[in-house]
Amino acid sequence: MRAAGDPVADVAVVGAGPAGLAAAAEAAAAGLTVVLVDAGERPGGQYWRHGPHDDGPPGGHGRRTFAALRAGLTRTRTRTLFGHQVWLVQRDADRFTLHLRPAHDTVGPGTRALTARSLILCPGASDRQLPVPGWDLPGVMAAGGVQALLKGSGTLAGRRAVVAGTGPFLLPVATGLAAAGAEIVMVCEANPLRGWLRDPGGALREPAKAVEGAGYAALLARHAIPYRTRTAVTEIRGEDRVRSVRIAPLGRDGRPRGGVRIEVDADLVALGWGFTPSLELPLMVGARTRVDTDGSLVAVVDDRQRAGVPGVYLAGEATGVGGAALAVREGRLSGLAAAADLGRAVDEGRVRRLQRAVRRGRRFATALHTACPVPPGWTDWLEASTIVCRCEEVTYHDLCHAARDLGARDPRTLKMLARPGMGMCQGRVCGFATAQVAAALTGRSPQAGDLLALARRPLAAPVALSEIAALDETAANEEN
Amino acid sequence: MTGRPAGGGPAAPGDTADLVVIGAGVVGAAAAYFAARSGLRVTVVDRGPLAGGTSSAGEGNLLVSDKEPGPELDLALYSQRVWREDLAEHAGLWEFESKGGLVVAASPKGAGPLAALLREQRARGIEAVDVARDELRDYEPRLSPDLAGGAYYPQDAQVQPMLVVAHLLRMARLAGARVLTDTEVTGFLRAGERITGVRTGRGRLSAPAVLNAAGTWAGAVAELAGVRVPVLPRRGCVLVTQPLPPVIRHKVYAAEYVSDVASSDAALQTSPVVEGTRAGTVLIGSSRERVGFDREVPPTVLAALARNAIALFPFLASVQAIRGYLGFRPYCPDHLPVIGPDPRAPGLWHACGHEGAGVGLSVGTGKLLAQALTGRPTDLDLAPFAPERFSPPTEPPTDPSTDPSTDPPTDPPTEGNEPSPTTR
Repeated sequence: MRAAGDPVADVAVVGAGPAGLAAAAEAAAAGLTVVLVDAGERPGGQYWRHGPHDDGPPGGHGRRTFAALRAGLTRTRTRTLFGHQVWLVQRDADRFTLHLRPAHDTVGPGTRALTARSLILCPGASDRQLPVPGWDLPGVMAAGGVQALLKGSGTLAGRRAVVAGTGPFLLPVATGLAAAGAEIVMVCEANPLRGWLRDPGGALREPAKAVEGAGYAALLARHAIPYRTRTAVTEIRGEDRVRSVRIAPLGRDGRPRGGVRIEVDADLVALGWGFTPSLELPLMVGARTRVDTDGSLVAVVDDRQRAGVPGVYLAGEATGVGGAALAVREGRLSGLAAAADLGRAVDEGRVRRLQRAVRRGRRFATALHTACPVPPGWTDWLEASTIVCRCEEVTYHDLCHAARDLGARDPRTLKMLARPGMGMCQGRVCGFATAQVAAALTGRSPQAGDLLALARRPLAAPVALSEIAALDETAANEEN
Repeated sequence: MTGRPAGGGPAAPGDTADLVVIGAGVVGAAAAYFAARSGLRVTVVDRGPLAGGTSSAGEGNLLVSDKEPGPELDLALYSQRVWREDLAEHAGLWEFESKGGLVVAASPKGAGPLAALLREQRARGIEAVDVARDELRDYEPRLSPDLAGGAYYPQDAQVQPMLVVAHLLRMARLAGARVLTDTEVTGFLRAGERITGVRTGRGRLSAPAVLNAAGTWAGAVAELAGVRVPVLPRRGCVLVTQPLPPVIRHKVYAAEYVSDVASSDAALQTSPVVEGTRAGTVLIGSSRERVGFDREVPPTVLAALARNAIALFPFLASVQAIRGYLGFRPYCPDHLPVIGPDPRAPGLWHACGHEGAGVGLSVGTGKLLAQALTGRPTDLDLAPFAPERFSPPTEPPTDPSTDPSTDPPTDPPTEGNEPSPTTR
């Protein structure tokens, strides 16, 4: 509950990853009162994840940026609220009320509220996953999850690993595992991945990215990691856990080429198919959406990161997956824009430079999305018994039945008739795959409205009924 | 026509049918099923997917317990027979569960009116068992010990409504019907006063009979035909908990629910309705508000739902809600559905305005309509549901300046409804 006399902040920043830290630092430097909220116990988000015993800046790319942003927050005495997740945002005429609860406490009545005149949402993204036969076996993880374990607790999830999927994120996962002592049997990249580094509209304008890529190439060579393009893991085998994986070359159409398969032993499979932006909070406050080049639903912003709803700004992956460097630029821009909109003087030259940098980063991200699509034929490797939704144990066969026999023509109807996405995770894991399966089964590609039906969640996080029951008291406090 | 894909193809110019059904919700699906089985050539059109509106936003209740004596109760009892006899062999397809309803009174003050209602309901053929205060927990062990008493209604049942729609339409297709989703009706074809079909975004469909089964959006469809059917949206919200082991066996609700259902108040009413589902989740309702098609739910509504549910089942306080959803009940000012031919526009029929009871009443409605459409006597008199009962000037005027529910129904039924397959 909000304590009586608790001040209304100028801006609440939700998410303390690269975008949120940058947004909070800029807004505070421009003279706004800022409160920064994150579910994690420390700033940094998924990208600048802290080690188990480390209170200082984490390693990895951009650590100087991280240190500078954090120092900025300390200098401006920015209020922070870590270990809390926002489960409901209420929009009133001149302010937003955020209802928060302790992120790691499932029963206690820990709800509290805070109010702010404007809102910068930087919710980040989660691993995008595609089902494959055997993906529900212990030892199969999302690439981001493997990375988080490694960065967060130094835990090596296996000794003999296959890293598969698409996109440059496979590289740090593979080299990170190798550096920690795992044997990398193979990195399977589904796409040819040749053109994009030469794309004049993209990579050449992002020299840092080219340098980063060259660095990974050297690391792959040093650890003698086999890196194969146009290959995919099409089956994961084992009884009680992963024992081996089957790897198939993909044809030009993205479908496994018939007959050719190799099988390798492994006890860890890291699957990375890109990222799905977390849109619960942007949608809750009324942000509009579009389908991005990578097939994900993302929120629409203008050239100052404004969401089209007065007082709401969005930065980072929610506006389109583009990585940490772009997120920092968007975060800075959103902080400056919020300050300007609240009447603070900001350096408009700096705003324009950031806008150019954001556009450049966005072009690079688009080039990358174009170079790293999910293979169009991936549903071919599903078997009737393959689980698509783990929470509700919905199989590929169940989805086929709903589409072919019961008339489901879109992901939402598929969800209603076969229950994918109805369990604890509320489709955060299987939503993208369900939409893709629906498209493959009906020949109707997912529309923004279809994805919206899967992304909209009236509660942004599970919350005890006693806490919902207490919303009235919060509302009463607000009115006093 | 059964060779067509499930979603249907475009309407070819000059397409004809005996009956066009507007609306692929539960009422339209039931009407299509019974009409097709009666030998009519049926085409169902919907601007969205199947069950895209209120049919996918409820709890799938087939209730007699919440009905006061009158035509709606008669239709509910008739529908009970259709569910349990005509459709008995298909019950498994839509997870029909004769779980029974338990109505509880919080105080001796509430127990009095409940006992009076019970007497009337029994006289009309409802099975009901008095439950004394100390017997309540034999029915529901986790109920609060502070309740005054209640009644048990063994006829109350539940289905998974989206599966009802999908399977009724599937079986209608097997009987020759055609289902065209993503096909919006943009106008009516006429020969003089007579309705002779519909214009759609994909072409014309000629038919001597057109059934308006557009649910909460039926008023707008009627308007296209130049007649007034005052169906208004009455918003309801449901909270859904994390999956639990089976703890709540019946549909459990408070006695004041019955008067809330019958009320015409536009302001918010909430009364606790709590039930488990086969998936393990617990559904928590109910709220009633006339706020047009507003999809923004104030936290006070969620708070009231949660608080009421905890009062009935204290253990729910520490249970997590994982989502919520909302829908718009198609509500008529006199709380009765509109069923039958419209003499103001010959050829036009209606089956709409079932408010929060559409799933339960759908199959009775569909069977009666099929009888009427094929010129047979109906098992139940349709006169109380006649569309022309709304002809001015008998209808008291509503003041648009104070009644937000007269907003034009522009919100498409296919967008944004929280899918709710646990709502059985």
